[in-house]
Amino acid sequence: MSSVHGPNKRHIDRDYERELGELRERLLRMAGVVESMIADAVRAYMTRDTALARRTIDVDPQVNRAEVEADALCLQILARRQPMAGDLRFVTLALKMVTDLERIADLAVSVAHRALALADMDAPPPPHPDMERIAELAGAMVREAIDAFVRRDAARARAVLERDDEVDDLYHGLFRDLLAEMRGHRTTIDAGILVQAAAKFLERIADHATNLAEEVIFFVDGTDVRHRGKR
Amino acid sequence: MKSPPEITAFGVQGLVAGFGDKEVLHGVSLNIPARKVTAVIGPSGCGKSTLIRCLNRMHELVPSAWVRGTLRLDGSDVYGDEVDPVMLRRRVGMVFQKPNPFPTMSIRDNVLSGLRLTGRVPRGETERIVQKALEQAALWDEVKDRLDDPGTSLSGGQQQRLCIARSLAVDPEVLLLDEPCSALDPVATARIEDLLGALRERYTIVIVTHNMQQAARVSSLTAFLLAGDLVEFGPTSDLFTAPGDPRTEDYITGRFG
Repeated sequence: MSSVHGPNKRHIDRDYERELGELRERLLRMAGVVESMIADAVRAYMTRDTALARRTIDVDPQVNRAEVEADALCLQILARRQPMAGDLRFVTLALKMVTDLERIADLAVSVAHRALALADMDAPPPPHPDMERIAELAGAMVREAIDAFVRRDAARARAVLERDDEVDDLYHGLFRDLLAEMRGHRTTIDAGILVQAAAKFLERIADHATNLAEEVIFFVDGTDVRHRGKR
Repeated sequence: MKSPPEITAFGVQGLVAGFGDKEVLHGVSLNIPARKVTAVIGPSGCGKSTLIRCLNRMHELVPSAWVRGTLRLDGSDVYGDEVDPVMLRRRVGMVFQKPNPFPTMSIRDNVLSGLRLTGRVPRGETERIVQKALEQAALWDEVKDRLDDPGTSLSGGQQQRLCIARSLAVDPEVLLLDEPCSALDPVATARIEDLLGALRERYTIVIVTHNMQQAARVSSLTAFLLAGDLVEFGPTSDLFTAPGDPRTEDYITGRFG
């Protein structure tokens, strides 16, 4: 790990260098697991694959453990090394990133639970046409935010922020459609609520991807872009 | 070089300084604001001490030392022909790395020594001056019952605060501190840092330190010197979280190329 430095810029203290490297590895492993959980939860939902939904739910404790372990490593680095500048931004990024990743995993689990509930219904409705697009966008946003982190690419992270509005618009359109459907056909309410919840969870995943992207921008160039225009 | 908009105590322009044929500072320009703590950091030999020794003209006490450039205190040329260096040093006090109370003097006489060197101590005022300086240096409560004891009977941290009291007794405008805590334990260091927090309301303080956490804790502004050049000067909160220059980043994170 060399934060904003080139590959040759290594820490004079090699133990410190190893600790920062280990933290980075842990973040990447955790992000990889969470990315797979989103993809699996969405596929389980789309294809009514109950086995895949259960497997997704079973992965969650692994993410919880990863969060606790990464937090502990961050605290150890803060206490023992008093990191500065890029290293400080990296460790504070890690603290926030693991929280966002853990919540994304929880939301993926919630999508998987809705997939199970829908599969359990006698006549589940066909998936809403925009659902696939929302899932695709939310997954891609998380992937891109992580990629921006790996490449230390603030421009790539900024591109993630711009996609959040599209997800919000799609979700609100889907919500209006579902509401109209449920008002018109009361028998669709049970399924409609499940579909709406799954879409909401995906929309929340996109929000956390936005957080991740904002954190990456601060890590890379020290610019705080959170709550622009709202503070 | 960008400097924040504040009342300038020291205006330094193109300061070049050295010893004999060795140039230590290669043209440093910065405005040191009044009544704030400015930290100067950088690796050994980068010119930190030379820079602050130019500020009160202690640099020229070394026989081969020389200096060029402009250095103004409150707008007046520090190196002007009419300036008496002794009187300047009264305005710009200095505290050194190792506490250096005068070994043969009592605590009281140590506090008064600066005043006695630069002029007469007003009759009947000595006790008030001693108490005030020791109070400002947060030492009064610890020594008020033994003012006649030798200065060297105090602990290292107390001796350093005695040296600060000695500097404050002459009522300076600026306090220069050259690694004031490097010989002190963490508790004594915390006391000095706490003291600086109180003194910055009244004095312009410039502190040279190798301890970057200390610079981050006590200062409003930080200057990073590298091999005689000023690399970066700005708000401490920015410099230690998101420095503007990659050389600053490498130094404060402890990296090499």
